[in-house]
Amino acid sequence: MDIPRGRVTAVMGPSGTGKTTLLRLITRQVEANSGSIKVAGRELRSLTRAGLYTLRRRMGMLFQNGALLTDFSVFENVAFPLREHTDLTERLIRQLVLTKLQAVGLRGAAELMPAELSGGMNRRVALARAIVMDPEILIYDEPFVGLDPISMGVILRLIRRLNDVLGLTSIVVSHDVKEISAVADQVFLLSQGKVVAQGTPQELHSNHSQIVAQFMGGLAEGPVPFHFPAADYFGELLARGDT
Amino acid sequence: MLKELWASLSESLVALGAVVRFLLRLLASSPRALLRIDLIAQQVYNSGALSLVIIMLSGLFVGMVLGLQGFELLQRFGSEEALGTAAAIGLVKELGPVVTALLFAGRAGTALASELGLMRATDQISAMEMMAIDPIQRIVVPRFLGGVIAMPLLAAIFSMIGIYGAQLVGVQFMGVDSGSFWSQMRASVGIVDITEGIVKSCVFGIACSVIAVYQGYHATPTAEGVGRATTSTVVTSAVVVLFLDYLITAAFL
Repeated sequence: MDIPRGRVTAVMGPSGTGKTTLLRLITRQVEANSGSIKVAGRELRSLTRAGLYTLRRRMGMLFQNGALLTDFSVFENVAFPLREHTDLTERLIRQLVLTKLQAVGLRGAAELMPAELSGGMNRRVALARAIVMDPEILIYDEPFVGLDPISMGVILRLIRRLNDVLGLTSIVVSHDVKEISAVADQVFLLSQGKVVAQGTPQELHSNHSQIVAQFMGGLAEGPVPFHFPAADYFGELLARGDT
Repeated sequence: MLKELWASLSESLVALGAVVRFLLRLLASSPRALLRIDLIAQQVYNSGALSLVIIMLSGLFVGMVLGLQGFELLQRFGSEEALGTAAAIGLVKELGPVVTALLFAGRAGTALASELGLMRATDQISAMEMMAIDPIQRIVVPRFLGGVIAMPLLAAIFSMIGIYGAQLVGVQFMGVDSGSFWSQMRASVGIVDITEGIVKSCVFGIACSVIAVYQGYHATPTAEGVGRATTSTVVTSAVVVLFLDYLITAAFL
């Protein structure tokens, strides 16, 4: 897989196919058993802990559930990386945090606690925190899960706008075909741990391979089975049931 | 049978090794963490100040029971004036550190384990790692040091209130002479007794704190996993404290 700089790249595929694992590999939250992963030209495996942390400062990640620090207010959550990594004055931190919160439309929620936010707001705050250190690479893990259509639309627009305005490289893991097709420049389709197709969203939509057609069309029948492997249905129903 | 015993023993040794390695990692990170004194002060407050009420109440009742039992026993030998000495030695050397450690594990230890476990389950620890912030340095070490500092202070308060409780029952209710109570205590309780109490409370503080943060930090990121980590913190702490208590008592004899 080759993820180009400055573009929005989507990684899609059925549940359990290894999308989140791939993100964790790219950020070295888990170690690869074999193979090679290079981020910004640096081989991940060869990095020391300090080297990895230096590289991670150039990355931002939006977790599936936001992963906000529950004891801190919205403002303090966004300010957290600045306080830990920089010696900026309180005035400057305040300006930076308010700027990022304004970008995600939540400047007015600065004093709220994470427990007082809706799921969509929670993820927008996490997005403000992910961009507060001005990263070069922004990674989104299932950013649309459980969002209402309005929040989904807001996050979609933010992904595109942040990528274009800040000149980021964005990687979005998702299985929301329609949404991701509207925002991605390039899509990788994974199935059972392998890349089965890649290209622009339009190219994937016109791809006639069975597995791509099944995923993009949301069909139950196809190479990806709907049923988890199991014994014969009727045989199991008619069995004595003493297990 | 022997095979199972051996498997269980080797499993326990592996777990002990992992905790010791974790402790060494915490100690290695401690000098840098000491620079963030505000974080440690916050944890001393969480583990120490918030445990004060339960420690003081327990100390008072334990002291009162000690005063009552001690008076009843000493009266048989006509030496109830030694009540102050008996209560002070019992509290400073033994009951103060041990009961405080058990209460500490139940109140502060479980709070630490469940807090860290929930942070793990809700990806807050992973988020910190992704922000290039070492979670051990930022959240685990301050909690560990907070517990280590709070524990001897709590044990001292427990013993102090306990002695007052024994005095309350012995002198105020049972009529032991106040002068004898205090003067015999002063004459008999030596610096070695106090040192033993301090050593015990410091060692128990390290043990209870490292067990709590280890269990929480390594909790399985599920509701059941956090619950198991919390329970395990109390059970392991209680057994380890009582075992260490025997070792330290033997060492001081």
